[in-house]
Amino acid sequence: MLETLFPNVDWADMWEATLETIYMTAMSTFFTFVIGLVLGIVLFLTAPNQLWANKIVNWLTGAFVNIFRSIPFIILIILLIPFTKFLIGSIRGPNAALPALIIGAAPFYARMVLIALKEIDKGVIEAARSMGATTWTIIRKVLLPESKPALISGITVTAIALVGYTAMAGIIGAGGLGTLAFLDGFQRSREDVTLMATIAILVIVFIVQFIGDYLTRKADKR
Amino acid sequence: MIELKGLTKVFDTGKARLTAVDHVDLTVPAGEIFGIIGYSGAGKSTLIRLLNGLEKPSEGSVEINGQNITAISGPKLRKARQKVSMIFQHFNLLWSRTVRENIEFPLEIAGVGKEERRKRSAELIELVGLEGRESAYPAQLSGGQKQRVGIARALANDPEVLLCDEATSALDPQTTDAILELLVDINKRLGLTIVLITHEMHVIRKICHRVAVMEGGRVVELGEVLHVFQHPKETITKRFVAQVTETEDSAETVRHLREQYPEGQLVKLIFVGDQAEQPILTQLIREYKVEVNIVHGNISHTQRGAYGTLILQLKGTADEISKALAFLGAHDVQTEVMGNA
Repeated sequence: MLETLFPNVDWADMWEATLETIYMTAMSTFFTFVIGLVLGIVLFLTAPNQLWANKIVNWLTGAFVNIFRSIPFIILIILLIPFTKFLIGSIRGPNAALPALIIGAAPFYARMVLIALKEIDKGVIEAARSMGATTWTIIRKVLLPESKPALISGITVTAIALVGYTAMAGIIGAGGLGTLAFLDGFQRSREDVTLMATIAILVIVFIVQFIGDYLTRKADKR
Repeated sequence: MIELKGLTKVFDTGKARLTAVDHVDLTVPAGEIFGIIGYSGAGKSTLIRLLNGLEKPSEGSVEINGQNITAISGPKLRKARQKVSMIFQHFNLLWSRTVRENIEFPLEIAGVGKEERRKRSAELIELVGLEGRESAYPAQLSGGQKQRVGIARALANDPEVLLCDEATSALDPQTTDAILELLVDINKRLGLTIVLITHEMHVIRKICHRVAVMEGGRVVELGEVLHVFQHPKETITKRFVAQVTETEDSAETVRHLREQYPEGQLVKLIFVGDQAEQPILTQLIREYKVEVNIVHGNISHTQRGAYGTLILQLKGTADEISKALAFLGAHDVQTEVMGNA
């Protein structure tokens, strides 16, 4: 049945490409989460009237986030080629896609973190201060737990965007389902390969969305 | 215990300068429940935040238990804040934590070990009457229960001072009374000094020993609650007092009463403190040949005694009535003849 519908699909290749896509998505999501979280917290705390109110740091962080969020991803990959070469030693393969994926997605997630933190009731932060909490304690025990559902739903959206980015990175040789669909499917006119790669990507997206929704719901005690 | 000297806070927004607190001098002795009343914008919220250093004053000083709060910062200020805790109008609980975890939060900040935290939070849960709700999240609690958690949380580190920022303003009247009773109970049991700000006079009446009236950043009137109720000087104070005593003074009411009770003499009695609790009227009726008809009454109980007014219709000979009035005068009841029918 599968053989008649997808005559040209090499299932071993398809599976390997799927694993590569999952690998790139997982790694880049992890680093995007960490870097985006730090950037978002810095953006939040250095804003006027906040605990680390600092115009210069706030402006610099804001500028960095806005610039990298605005560059189209496909151009960002090309711009980052020298940087990637220096960091990874190659511009091909799943690892070579990571710098561009992370630098492209982290600023996007930082904005989401900022929005999530702004949603926190100011009174709760004041209450923590009135108890003698340090800023570090406030970050760890107030800001992060109180914005947890929004942080999780934000990283879910970002992870899904990253699945899309990995496919784009595939076109310039990062590997994964993007490469497979482009080289094996599009360039050799094997529509069934392109279709199967698309289905695999959709399945990954649905699974990410499902897990994200579940964790968001579980974290929300409001 | 708490001493404010020339305390001033000016907010400079670039375009405008707003003096929120204007040279306030106050002394609150240990164990007192001190109320600050004022309308919104009077500067009371800023004042109470100056007490725990959430706001820095532009001028003047705050001294609590001999420690100058305005002069310290960093770890010293954070340590001091553990002894000056605060409860809030909107409770400000962490929704992500259960009742027990919310109460343990200040203990975590103070670096108390896990076992000790469990023990302390269990005591506090009992103190504020929330047994059985330890594992509930704030979203599952009523407003009154949330404020109980707020109070337990504020008491966790054995503070010397409790600051109440409009702590009952978001609650319904019954819940307000229950929370106020809890505060009085805590004040008596733990000897805690309480400073509260409110715009509701009945909060002051119910639990405060002394009151300061704030307007435009200044304290315009200050005194024993009972005294302020009896002799409000400023217009704003009179307005606040009228919130709880209401009606009987207005000319309209007097005219109305005269129409309703045309016979005899209408006399207004003002009881303050102890007399309000003595059976003076019983004696009056027994010893004098006057008929007594109560037409209007109002008694407000404060922490330091009751304050009440009573309007009586007295029927009898002019001689007996004047003797009766003399008797009342001899018992320190202020009387005021409201006119003959």
